Amino acid sequence: MKAQSLLAILLAGSVVMTGCNSTDDAKKDDSKAKTEESTKNASSVDLQKEIDAYREFALDQLDKFTAETEKFVAAVKAGDIDKAKEIYPVARMYYERSEPIAESFGDLDPRIDARLADLKEEGQGEEDWTGYHKIEYGLWEENTTKGYEKTADQLLADAKELRGRVETAEVTPDTMMTGAVDLLNEVSTSKISGEEEIYSHTDLYDFKANIEGAEKIFTILEDQIKDKDSKLAEDLTNKFKAVNDLLAKYETKDGGYVSYTKLTKEDTKALSEAVNHLGEPLSQMGIIME
Amino acid sequence: MTKTNNDEKLIDKKITRRQMLKITGAGAAGIAIGATGMGGVLKAFGKDFLQEDDTTATNKVNFYGKHQSGIATAVQTNIYFASLNVLVKSKKELQELFQMWTPLAVQMMNGNMIGEYKNDMIPPKDTGEAKGLDARNLSITFGVGPSLFEKKELGLASLKPKELKDLPHFPKDQLEDAYTGGDICIQACADDPQVAFHAVRNLIRAASGKVSMRWSQSGFNSFPTKNGKKQTPRNLFAFKDGTENPNTSDEKDMNKVVWVQSGDSKPWMTGGTYLIVRRIQTHLETWDRTSLKEQENTFGRHRDSGAPIGKKNEFDAVEIERKDENGNYIVPETSHVFLAKQAKARIMRRSFSYSSGIVDATGTYDAGLVFISFQKNPEQFIKIQNSLGRLDKLNEYITHRGSGVFACFPGIKKGSYIGEALFNTL
Repeated sequence: MKAQSLLAILLAGSVVMTGCNSTDDAKKDDSKAKTEESTKNASSVDLQKEIDAYREFALDQLDKFTAETEKFVAAVKAGDIDKAKEIYPVARMYYERSEPIAESFGDLDPRIDARLADLKEEGQGEEDWTGYHKIEYGLWEENTTKGYEKTADQLLADAKELRGRVETAEVTPDTMMTGAVDLLNEVSTSKISGEEEIYSHTDLYDFKANIEGAEKIFTILEDQIKDKDSKLAEDLTNKFKAVNDLLAKYETKDGGYVSYTKLTKEDTKALSEAVNHLGEPLSQMGIIME
Repeated sequence: MTKTNNDEKLIDKKITRRQMLKITGAGAAGIAIGATGMGGVLKAFGKDFLQEDDTTATNKVNFYGKHQSGIATAVQTNIYFASLNVLVKSKKELQELFQMWTPLAVQMMNGNMIGEYKNDMIPPKDTGEAKGLDARNLSITFGVGPSLFEKKELGLASLKPKELKDLPHFPKDQLEDAYTGGDICIQACADDPQVAFHAVRNLIRAASGKVSMRWSQSGFNSFPTKNGKKQTPRNLFAFKDGTENPNTSDEKDMNKVVWVQSGDSKPWMTGGTYLIVRRIQTHLETWDRTSLKEQENTFGRHRDSGAPIGKKNEFDAVEIERKDENGNYIVPETSHVFLAKQAKARIMRRSFSYSSGIVDATGTYDAGLVFISFQKNPEQFIKIQNSLGRLDKLNEYITHRGSGVFACFPGIKKGSYIGEALFNTL
């Protein structure tokens, strides 16, 4: 398959053959050939079935996210700290699993999921802070729900708005393939360093959910990948298993995960390497567009 | 259009190999063709077309030859040295790893990219930062550490040369795990820091899931020139480093000091050599407050000329037995060069300086020497290091923080791959 499409590029036009006296020309011709190639590809690969399957998955996750958020908000407003702490990491997993879609609304994502550090980067202050992480601060740092009732109401309203707007979200093959890699990048840059849940230290829940979100995309595309490169599909299956097996070491009896603070440097290194070893083949899923 | 027609059309065009390389940005495109066994294309370009050293490339060091590159190769200005852990679980997978690396190393040493862009939905095969740069005398040297042979699942135990083992503890060693050991080493040297880094980065990326990084260190050298000729570089203590090296063009001497000869070791090592790497922190702050006389007595040489104490020129014989009228040694008995000479062993040094930020605990430079030496038996280095022992005045100014010993395969023949002899004797 690879060789065929290469030939297609080489043969895309005689310009390629004749224009190789100057490097610049060659470059221009290359990109022209590439464009022709990808245009042709886009029309020849039909992924509607896969896109529908993924949309269904994301909608279901966000349904559950809204439902769990409702319970979380109720606990916060009732002043039930223990209950709120219990629901917090679980509710967030639904969001983290469907992040390629959930994140596509630029205004809602920060309202629901911003860390204080994210706001500061954008020149905003604590007064602009809303969403899950603000309540996380109250629960774990201040050990209270008092004063967070308004934030809780806003969170639920935002979650519901997100669920409503997702119906209109455009899902493309790119949303899925780039999304899967982005989910891993999230793990590699913030979950593995414990910078996502700096108060609750429930980073491993997000970690697991991101991996599950990426794995779902892989599972949906698996047959397509097998058609092009069965070794890649096999490799991905193995690499997902390696990450999941490693994560399983940190599972608790109730199906949750140990605090990030319990991880040693060796633990995070092993997890990080396993994610990177998964990320390389995962970034090759785009071959199904060839 | 059928496949066959495609092939014929390509041949009809009768494009030359160089044109082909230009069009595709050279490289892995051809692997793809080769891998699917499309006869016509192979015929058109010659079976080995990918695996050849491109003799027309600018600033090019050959990959193929009797010995690996980066050993007798003229020392470049930059190094990126990486020590890797092996994750593969069988010798077949390990063999495939070296097979996979071989054409990539050739292409990068030709100054070419290792892959073409053909699908913008996936990341480019080549990470790209060396594009537009020529080969910059890139050399890539591969070696294997003692720990590789101890991995039962690889089944290499019987092939381990007895001299391949971790170095003994030397006086004043402060080795840190973060800079010690490794199953495989890749030494990339080039007259450009980015080209050297790019080479290691792309080899490791292509081996994702098969290796993990254990430690790495970059380094640099600068060469004064005299009458257009490169002079011995100076280390960060400002002393010349490598004066006593064997002449790399003297085959007899190289065979005596560097290259493993038939019968010396396991057969797969014939034509190979042992690489020893030491990450040596130099305490620049204390050195810089040492008088010139004391500095020269520490090395046993004059700083500016590089000549042995009491002599004029860099390459004058050291003659450590020389004494003054009072019967005292002219080159101090505790000087680095006196003790090293006394060991009566020779090695080929190919070191680089490094500077890696600041030591947190002390606020001093983390700078020093990526000491690298090649010898046909690690014992040569051990003898010298033991002679330096506790006596070496230089100890006061340096701390050995990292260490590694690697068996470097012999050179690679065209059509073969890195380390073939190790796998073929299985």
